[in-house]
Amino acid sequence: MRTAAFIGIAAFLTTLAATLSATVAAEIPLDQRRPDTDFIGADTRAMQNDDTANPGMLAVLDGEALWQEKTGGSGKSCADCHGDAATSMKGVAARYPAFMPELSRPVDLEQRINMSRVADQKSAALPFESKDLLALTAYIANQSRGMPVAVVENAQSKPFIEAGREIFERRQGQLNIACAQCHDDNWGKQLAGNPVPQAMPTGYPIYRLEWQEVGSLQRRMRDCMTAMRAEPYAYGAPQLVDLEFFLLWRARGMKVEAPAVRP
Amino acid sequence: MIGRALVHVPPTAKRGEVIEIKAMVAHVMETGYRIGVTGKPIPRDIITQFVCTYNGEVVFRAEFFPAVAANPFLSFFTVATDSGTIAFSWTDQNGTTKVQTAAITVA
Repeated sequence: MRTAAFIGIAAFLTTLAATLSATVAAEIPLDQRRPDTDFIGADTRAMQNDDTANPGMLAVLDGEALWQEKTGGSGKSCADCHGDAATSMKGVAARYPAFMPELSRPVDLEQRINMSRVADQKSAALPFESKDLLALTAYIANQSRGMPVAVVENAQSKPFIEAGREIFERRQGQLNIACAQCHDDNWGKQLAGNPVPQAMPTGYPIYRLEWQEVGSLQRRMRDCMTAMRAEPYAYGAPQLVDLEFFLLWRARGMKVEAPAVRP
Repeated sequence: MIGRALVHVPPTAKRGEVIEIKAMVAHVMETGYRIGVTGKPIPRDIITQFVCTYNGEVVFRAEFFPAVAANPFLSFFTVATDSGTIAFSWTDQNGTTKVQTAAITVA
């Protein structure tokens, strides 16, 4: 009798522990990660994989022209220092966001482009989500297509990746949900008729059919925050960069597919 | 404003072969029905006409209306007859035209 009661209690506790751990976000095991492209429709995927049908390539072409354009007080173009982007920028986007020792914090690719524009080209920083900044970002990101995401995790960058994880796992907004509750715990299920992806942002900047234009990962994350009825962080906010850093760290080793097409 | 165009024509084809042609152009295709952040309607700004010619002969023509999405993309087929030039032209509501050409060699 006593043994049976003990087994009963033990079984109850095990079930309780399992229930509790299920409410805490569980990270997706590395071998179960899938690119967001797996969760879109076949038509959209075909559009993405055909460079003559992918509207994101129009931004890449614009970026290619901007790469050669002389600007600012230096009178230099990106190409004057960096040469052919196909060689000099190959694999660069795969390493961003990256820790900048001079700023003592990480920056994303858009911010890195602007750092070079201001410091080296002596020009004005391009506004976030401006056509030109997205075009340059798309052009540079496109040079890393097919390469594995390789953000650097070290003693300096780790605290920022962890800060991003904290935001990802924290409940927020009026709906009081965390990013992880959809993207870690319920990926592959339907949300308003669409499959929930794992949030592996390997294709940014993306051409989103809903936007009818190219947009950044920061814009996408802000959209998600609005949908959670949370106050989105401002463009360029350190929290957004930390979150980007965490998401790319989470997608480490997956192939870059910029510019991706999303519904 | 009509932006960059991205066209695809097979560089070589056999005479009589059916070839696929793709044409995309950067354009906002603003419908005129949307209200901007200031509360005023955003004026209509669309491409109204697309023409594709093969050595001067029209092989495909389309009219666009406000329901067409931004960055219109068209894909269509024609028969490879002779080597030469395939020209694409987009005309917007103000009459501005953008032309892009591609060469094809027919053996």
